Amino acid sequence: MAKISIENLRHSYLSAPTRDDDFALKRVHLDWADGGAYALLGPSGCGKTSLLNLISGLLHPSEGKILFDGKDVTLATPEQRNIAQVFQFPVIYDTMTVYDNLAFPLRNRGVAEAEIKTRVETIADMLELSGTLKNRASGLTADGKQKISLGRGLVRSDVNVIMFDEPLTVIDPHLKWQLRSKLKELQQRIKRTMIYVTHDQTEALTFADQVVVMNNGEVVQSGTPIELFEKPKHTFVGHFIGSPGMNFIPCEMKGGKAFVGGASVGAVNATEAKSGKTELGIRPEFVSFAAKGLDADIVKVADIGRVRIVEARLAGGYPVKLVVEEGHEIPAKKAKLAFDAERSFIYENSWLAGAAR
Amino acid sequence: MNKTLNNKAWWFVFPVFLLVAFNALIPLMTVVNYSVQETFGNNEFFWAGTQWFTDILKSDRFHAALGRSIFFTLVVLAIEIPLGLAVALTMPKKGPWVSVCLILMSLPLLIPWNVVGSMWNIMALPNIGLLWHAITFFGIDYNYTRQTGDAWFTLILMDVWHWTSLVALLCYAGLVSIPDAYYQAAKIDGAKPWAVFRFIQLPKLKHVLTIAILLRFMDSFMIYTEVIVLTGGGPGNSTTFLSIDLVKYALGQFDLGHAAAMSIIYFLIILFASWLFYTLMMRNQES
Amino acid sequence: MTRQKSLWRFAPVFYIIFLMLPIYWLISMSVRTTNEILDTTSFSFIPRNFTLDSYRTIFTDESWYGAYINSITYVAVNTVISIIVALPAAYAFSRYRFLGDKHLFFWLLSNRMAPPAVFVLPFVNLYSAVGLFDTPWAVALAHTLFNVPLAVWILEGFMGGVPKELDETAYVDGYSFPRFFVRIFIPTISAGIGVTAFFCFMFSWVEMLLAKNLTSVAAKPIVAAMTKTASTSGYELGLLAAAGVLTLIPGALVVYFVRNYIAKGFALGRV
Repeated sequence: MAKISIENLRHSYLSAPTRDDDFALKRVHLDWADGGAYALLGPSGCGKTSLLNLISGLLHPSEGKILFDGKDVTLATPEQRNIAQVFQFPVIYDTMTVYDNLAFPLRNRGVAEAEIKTRVETIADMLELSGTLKNRASGLTADGKQKISLGRGLVRSDVNVIMFDEPLTVIDPHLKWQLRSKLKELQQRIKRTMIYVTHDQTEALTFADQVVVMNNGEVVQSGTPIELFEKPKHTFVGHFIGSPGMNFIPCEMKGGKAFVGGASVGAVNATEAKSGKTELGIRPEFVSFAAKGLDADIVKVADIGRVRIVEARLAGGYPVKLVVEEGHEIPAKKAKLAFDAERSFIYENSWLAGAAR
Repeated sequence: MNKTLNNKAWWFVFPVFLLVAFNALIPLMTVVNYSVQETFGNNEFFWAGTQWFTDILKSDRFHAALGRSIFFTLVVLAIEIPLGLAVALTMPKKGPWVSVCLILMSLPLLIPWNVVGSMWNIMALPNIGLLWHAITFFGIDYNYTRQTGDAWFTLILMDVWHWTSLVALLCYAGLVSIPDAYYQAAKIDGAKPWAVFRFIQLPKLKHVLTIAILLRFMDSFMIYTEVIVLTGGGPGNSTTFLSIDLVKYALGQFDLGHAAAMSIIYFLIILFASWLFYTLMMRNQES
Repeated sequence: MTRQKSLWRFAPVFYIIFLMLPIYWLISMSVRTTNEILDTTSFSFIPRNFTLDSYRTIFTDESWYGAYINSITYVAVNTVISIIVALPAAYAFSRYRFLGDKHLFFWLLSNRMAPPAVFVLPFVNLYSAVGLFDTPWAVALAHTLFNVPLAVWILEGFMGGVPKELDETAYVDGYSFPRFFVRIFIPTISAGIGVTAFFCFMFSWVEMLLAKNLTSVAAKPIVAAMTKTASTSGYELGLLAAAGVLTLIPGALVVYFVRNYIAKGFALGRV
């Protein structure tokens, strides 16, 4: 297990990169403590898989350093770093039994058979694979095979960090949550550092203690799931996290107060906003119908079961979404919207006003 | 793909069916016809029953030809399959040399078979050929027109030269389709190169190796042109394989009965191998 | 990928040298004088007296260059027929289930494995009976026995990669089936048609037994002309070599033009 430090990492797949755009990873600087559950979250192409492969040693970075427990491993091979990786599709050795698959990494390292037996049986028990140990690995279902992939990483006692590259991609939807819960449970039980790469926010937010949101090769925000939800540092995080994403309404700043369409609205960091393009960010969960507030037209109501999502439009044509729980009434055509001031934030040029980057 | 049931699809298949049936069924009927009849000329035919079949199946000549064909096929497979696989494993997977490699390697496959025979003829000619000079340089006596062993050696060398590329190209196709993640996982698991070959590459090549083995088995079992051009079936009849013997009966001796019976037996052997091929392939595809 | 030790990385080089040696030797023989070839007292790897006489003979003698034209003719005819006939059949196999489809497919494939020796006599009878003996048509049609199943197999593989939704969208957009097939479908599988044409060309160009025996004078292909030379004219090795070298050219050209498609076709795992 190790503390992982990433210092000023930049990577380009081109041999002679010149502009910023040539870099898949523009600048990453992160510190991860030992034994934690981390997620790298972001849309396709944001650089998260590149970052993962740089940490695991399958790629060497163009610039920057990677340290495990203070030791520089930037140019070390994957074996030297003692990492394990679970890939998007199950990678197993088809001709071997489940037992032999799990024993493989240990046999390659010359571990004694008796110890291999104990370790394999322990891990198989943890992963609920004990009944299948004698079966051929190729006969298992996709989630069983992914468990074997994971098992090969767990079975080694010297593993510094286990990495997951969108591991639930080929799993059936109804089995996804099962495997996800299993992963979380395992992480809490054995306390190994785990890094989980995904574009699915549910997976990231439920698995990780700390989520790193990436976009366009940069880290946009790093924080706990709650921090990301309640106080996004960037409009991208606001859009990406939450379903539906955060509302962003253009506003004007005058004398330390925010104005939307001429009406004054409260915001937590209103005084910090100075200049530039300013927007008011508020999550649909914290917008409600009230007797007094901004005028809006109701455009659409979608019933998604537990709640209803209402699309409304403000006077200036700005769309706003609300989440309305059961039991609350929705006006037919026109309504007045109130924004919870404690949950409203001003964003300057897409970044949270007044926040450290 | 979800295929819909539609018997009108037969109209699409009809031209193919007609063409292949014309070329396959009519000749086959002719052959069957000849195989159970005897003629003394003047277009007079008499029923001969299974006489031709028993003749052939009992004849030493047939056994000898069959034995030679089997031996040749086995030797050639034993060399070409491992060699082709080895070449494929060492070929570059990416980069500028890939096309060059592929094009040069496929050249032997595109040469008319008689030219292949002539080429090796010229290579092995006593006093003239490059191969002859290379071998006799080491003091070894070499004459493929007179000595059986030398003829076999030259034939096998020629076939290996001619067809190994097919195996190599098939295996190469199989290798490049293995996702990188398997190699990455093996690195992480600390696997040595031999383990990577045994547990990742070889299993994933099962499908293409099956195709390669059966294609080569079939084609080498039916070999005709290269052999007839290079050795003519000799010296004597030491390199007379099944096809050569059959053509001798059919076109050389105009021995229709024997030729026809032999054709049928020969065809049945091939059909059985075909069926094996198809079944193994289908089973591979389903798994 | 595992990094290979430097010696192994040169293995393809040795293999390719092995492949090129007989070809080099053929070329070098084709530019030597008969005297040099038959001079058994001295041996040299490189031709001492360079001459183009053999090639001159081939290009001026009609029985030689005519033979090349005959060969190209039946190969081209065969390729065209095989593809045209195979396209609808492959479409049917790829999109529909029908009575006997699996058996039909197996039967087709089994013909690819038919020994030509078995067919040579019946084919001579058959094509004489229909009056096509000694024409390029006889060889072209005879070769379809092997090429059509192959074409159907390869094309069906490529068509399997095109989703049915494409067809359905076209119908919704108002395309009639022929228009859809020609305007939309065929361009989509153009790589497959390229690969198929390559393999049809290959198998038809290299075959000798049937090509020689289904022709005699008028449609004599190069494969027959060369074997005649080998037996009757004795040691005209230079001429034989030159004729051989010229037969390498179509193959080399074809593989050069389809080199990208071959890589793609292999990747489909259908070969």
